[in-house]
Amino acid sequence: MSIDLKTIKHISKLSRISVDEKKAEKLAGDLNSIFDFIEKLNELKTDNVEPLTSVAETTLKLRSDEVKSKNLRDQVIKNSPKENEDYFVVPKVIE
Amino acid sequence: MSDITKQSLSELVENIKCKKLSSSEVTKAFVERSEKSKELNAYITEDYANALNKAKKFDEKPNLDLKLPGIPMAVKDLFCTRDLRTTAGSKILNNFVPTYESTVTQNIWNEGAILMGKLNCDEFAMGSSNETSFFGNVQNPIDKNLVPGGSSGGSSSAVAAQLTPITIGTDTGGSIRQPASFTGTVGLKPTYGSCSRYGIVAFASSLDQAGPMAQNVKDCTLLQEVISTYDEKDSTSIDFKRNEYSKELTKDIKGKKIGIPKEYRVDGMPKEIEDLWKKGIEYAKDCGAEIIDISLPHTNYALPAYYIVAPAEASSNLARYDGVKYGFRAEGENLIDMYEKTRSEGFGAEVQRRIMIGTYVLSSGYYDAYYLKAQKVRKLIKNDFDEAYKKVDAILTPSTPSSAFKIGEKTNDPVSMYLNDIFTVPVNLAGLPGISIPAGHDAKGYPLGLQIIGKAFDEQNILNIAYAMEEKINFKNNITDWWVK
Repeated sequence: MSIDLKTIKHISKLSRISVDEKKAEKLAGDLNSIFDFIEKLNELKTDNVEPLTSVAETTLKLRSDEVKSKNLRDQVIKNSPKENEDYFVVPKVIE
Repeated sequence: MSDITKQSLSELVENIKCKKLSSSEVTKAFVERSEKSKELNAYITEDYANALNKAKKFDEKPNLDLKLPGIPMAVKDLFCTRDLRTTAGSKILNNFVPTYESTVTQNIWNEGAILMGKLNCDEFAMGSSNETSFFGNVQNPIDKNLVPGGSSGGSSSAVAAQLTPITIGTDTGGSIRQPASFTGTVGLKPTYGSCSRYGIVAFASSLDQAGPMAQNVKDCTLLQEVISTYDEKDSTSIDFKRNEYSKELTKDIKGKKIGIPKEYRVDGMPKEIEDLWKKGIEYAKDCGAEIIDISLPHTNYALPAYYIVAPAEASSNLARYDGVKYGFRAEGENLIDMYEKTRSEGFGAEVQRRIMIGTYVLSSGYYDAYYLKAQKVRKLIKNDFDEAYKKVDAILTPSTPSSAFKIGEKTNDPVSMYLNDIFTVPVNLAGLPGISIPAGHDAKGYPLGLQIIGKAFDEQNILNIAYAMEEKINFKNNITDWWVK
């Protein structure tokens, strides 16, 4: 198993993390050593094993669908890096 | 009383209840010691003036029926605290001031405790040495330039150095138990679903649990009693009957069956860890426990499975940091460029590494080979524990494969850093409770811990075993105050 620079570029795009050449090379080295370590799992036959999706053997509790909070608009917007009245502001998307 | 900060939580509670001490005296003592201890870098955000004010208010109208009456406390900076900056040790949350409170911290304030500040941690709790924090290394009070463990490294350092009488951390793969072991303190990771995750900055949602860190088992028990509540705001919170842990705490563990898993004797484990474990077995026997050899055959696969599951969940959880709704934003030429620069500049190297691993294992064509495989292995690991618990009540292991290491010693080799969690990770994967208690020192005089793993929801049992063994071990931490100015 080997993760090449092309794969790193692809993952970086999916992750929305920009990487330059130098960083990509370092990441390729790190990820390859981590994946070598992870490959150990292939020693195990797991064809007939059910995947564990939840450690607790309980079903999710249902609750009634009712609004409990008051209008939290001010709180929601309070930490935004850039806002205009009640809106988050982002770079222009549509020309 | 000049030695207020040397008192345990239980002693402080007692002294405040019988009015030998006021909350103001106690809070002032811990604030002063924290101020003299800046070299440890245990705090990210200090809130001393507010703490002193709250203590004064408490003293004006003291409610002495509370479980933590007027007790000052600093907490890991992964818990959202209303109106006080919460960073998760990251640049990307450097300016984030929550408008709401985590359930666990709310439970603590409801019992009368007072927030002193927020403690350093690895960025988004991803690390085993506190070296990934945007806010710098934390010093272990045991020795200079020694890591305090991680990710709850500010918490372990602050408790060991007596900057706070007690604290809380979070544990995804060992982040409470490993730092407790490295600093000669006690740390409990509760059963998954015991403590609400509401308001805790998420890392890996199927593994994260909050838990108490303390100087002794009794204090740890009291705090667990306070923080463990059912919470409908966390859909994975479990509505089980919780004990009044501190009332039911007992040293009588006669006849308890304690399992020793042979697979934890890993290659290259230092002899002093092996010796510590043997000593632990003798202590358990002295307490009247019965020792039984058991097997947890898939132990060796826990870490590789963890390094798929945890990064996968992290990559998904951390997708929310996009520079739009809160946190740091870098300017970009367009929306995508803004996202990519924000995340590239806002996250540190280890966090980026884990997001990339997680994104890769979840990406099209690889899901079955990695994530699904890991979830199946996780099932096998849980089955191992289920089998073992047919024969035993609890399991005794070392907490870590070594004592604390020097700052910088392992930063260039991610896999060797990950191996720190070899004994703690299986417990998270199976959702079980585990406690680390200090049990001895290595040749350098650094503390070593033993871990007691319990059945799900059986915190009382492992607390009792820890309480009984603690008395026999009679551990003393070598703290010299070398950092105090």
